[in-house]
Amino acid sequence: MGPDEYLFLLAGLKWTVALSAIGFFFGGIAGLLVALARTSELRVVERITAGYIGVFQGTPLLMQLFVVYYGLALIGLKLDAWVAVSIGLTLHASAYLGEIWRGAIEAVPKGQTEAAKALSLNYTSRMRDVVLPQAFRISLPATIGFLVQLIKGTSLAAIVGFTELTRAGNMISNQIFQPLLVFGIVGALYFIMCCPLTLYGAHLERKFAKSAR
Amino acid sequence: MTQASMTTSAAQAMIAMERVEKWYGAFQALHDINLSVRAGEKIVLCGPSGSGKSTLIRCINHLEAYQKGEIRVGGTVLGHESKTIDAVRREVGMVFQQFNLFPHLTILENCTLAPIRSLGLSKAEAQGRARKLLERVKIAEQAEKYPAQLSGGQQQRVAIARALCMQPKVMLFDEPTSALDPEMVKEVLDTMITLAEEGMTMICVTHEMGFARQVADRVIFMASGAIVEEAPPAEFFTNPRHERTRKFLGEILGRH
Repeated sequence: MGPDEYLFLLAGLKWTVALSAIGFFFGGIAGLLVALARTSELRVVERITAGYIGVFQGTPLLMQLFVVYYGLALIGLKLDAWVAVSIGLTLHASAYLGEIWRGAIEAVPKGQTEAAKALSLNYTSRMRDVVLPQAFRISLPATIGFLVQLIKGTSLAAIVGFTELTRAGNMISNQIFQPLLVFGIVGALYFIMCCPLTLYGAHLERKFAKSAR
Repeated sequence: MTQASMTTSAAQAMIAMERVEKWYGAFQALHDINLSVRAGEKIVLCGPSGSGKSTLIRCINHLEAYQKGEIRVGGTVLGHESKTIDAVRREVGMVFQQFNLFPHLTILENCTLAPIRSLGLSKAEAQGRARKLLERVKIAEQAEKYPAQLSGGQQQRVAIARALCMQPKVMLFDEPTSALDPEMVKEVLDTMITLAEEGMTMICVTHEMGFARQVADRVIFMASGAIVEEAPPAEFFTNPRHERTRKFLGEILGRH
C-alpha cells in the first residue's frame, strides 16, 4: 500500500464521518419530533409514530437504503447517491433515536411534569426546561450506543455505490490484491472512531448509576 | 391588583366546588363534593388513604380532570381548555409529598423558572423575588446549590418558596410532611404556620393533627371519595359526629 492508497482510504473515511454526522444531526432533529409525538398523549399521533418506528426498526437498514435510492429513482426522483444515503440514514436514525428518547422522556418521574404544570408552565416550557434536560441525561449512554451503530451502518452505503470508507477499501483491495491488509486497516479506522465513544458511553452509564444511588 | 378587585374577590369564595364528581374508568373517586373556601381560610383535609383527599385538591389545579360539577377559583370557572387551566394554575400554588424540585436546576433557578416563563418577569426581578422568599423560608444561603445537596426538610421549604414565587392566592399542600424524617417535620410545619399567620388561603392534606388544631379554621374528614364531616378543629377533635370520623381519629391519635 502506497501513500495514494492511504489518501484514498482517508477520503473514504471523510465521507463516513460526514454521513454519520448528517444522519445523526438530521436524524436527531427528526427523532426529537418522533419522541415528542410518541409522548404527546394524542392517541392518533402516538399510533402513527409507533408504526413509523416499527417499520424502521423491523426492516434492515440496507433495505431502507435500497428503497430510498432505487425506489425514489423508479418514481422519477433521481437523487445523488450521497443524498439518497443521507435521507435513508436520517429516517433510520430518527426512528431509533425517537424510540430511545421516548423511553427517556417516560423515565423522568411524573412528579416533575406535575410540578411544572402546577407552576402553570406551558407544554413548550415543561418540555424544554424541565423534562428534556433530564431525559437527555438519562438517554445519553443509549444515544451514544446508537451513534456507534450508525457509524458502522454507513458502511452499507457502499452497496449503492457510494465511496465511503468500506467501498474505498474494497476498491483498493481489488487493485492491490491484499484484502487482509486493506480491510485490516479499514477495520482499525472504524475501531478508532467507535471504541472511544463506546468507552465514553460506558463511563457515563457508571457515573449516572452512581449519582442515582 | 387594584383595591376594588381585591374586595370583590375577597367577598366571594376563593375556591368553590359544587357537586364535583370524578371517575377513574368505572371507579368513582369523588362523590358530590361541595366545598367553599373563603379568602384567608385554612382548611385541613384528612381521612384514610384512598379516601380521595389528594384527588380533591389535585382537581382544583386540574392535575386531575373532573367529570361533573363545577370548580371556581377566584371567580374563574375551571374548564377543561388550557386557557382557564393556565389562569387557575397561576393563582394556585401546590406543594407535593415528594417535593418534586427540578433536580437539574439550582435552588434559585427552581424558584425563578415559572415567574420568568409564565409571568414574564425579567431574570433580575424573578431572582430578587426568589431570594426574598428563600430568606423567608430560612434557606437563602443555599440558593446556588442543587436540590440533591439539601435535606428533605430543606427541599420541602424550597418547594414552598418556589410556589410562593408565583404569588398565588391559594396554596395547596398534598401531604407535605409525609415523606420527611421525623426530625424535619417541624421545620416544614413551622414554615406553613408562618404562611397561615400571614393570611394565605390554604388547603392542606395532612395527618398532622397538631397542625390542624393550631392553624385550621375547618377540618374536613373524607372517606370513600366523599366529605363525611367538617367542623372547626375544637369541635372536630372533641366531638366528632360520625362513627367513621371517631374511628379514624382513634387510629391516628392513638399512634402518637
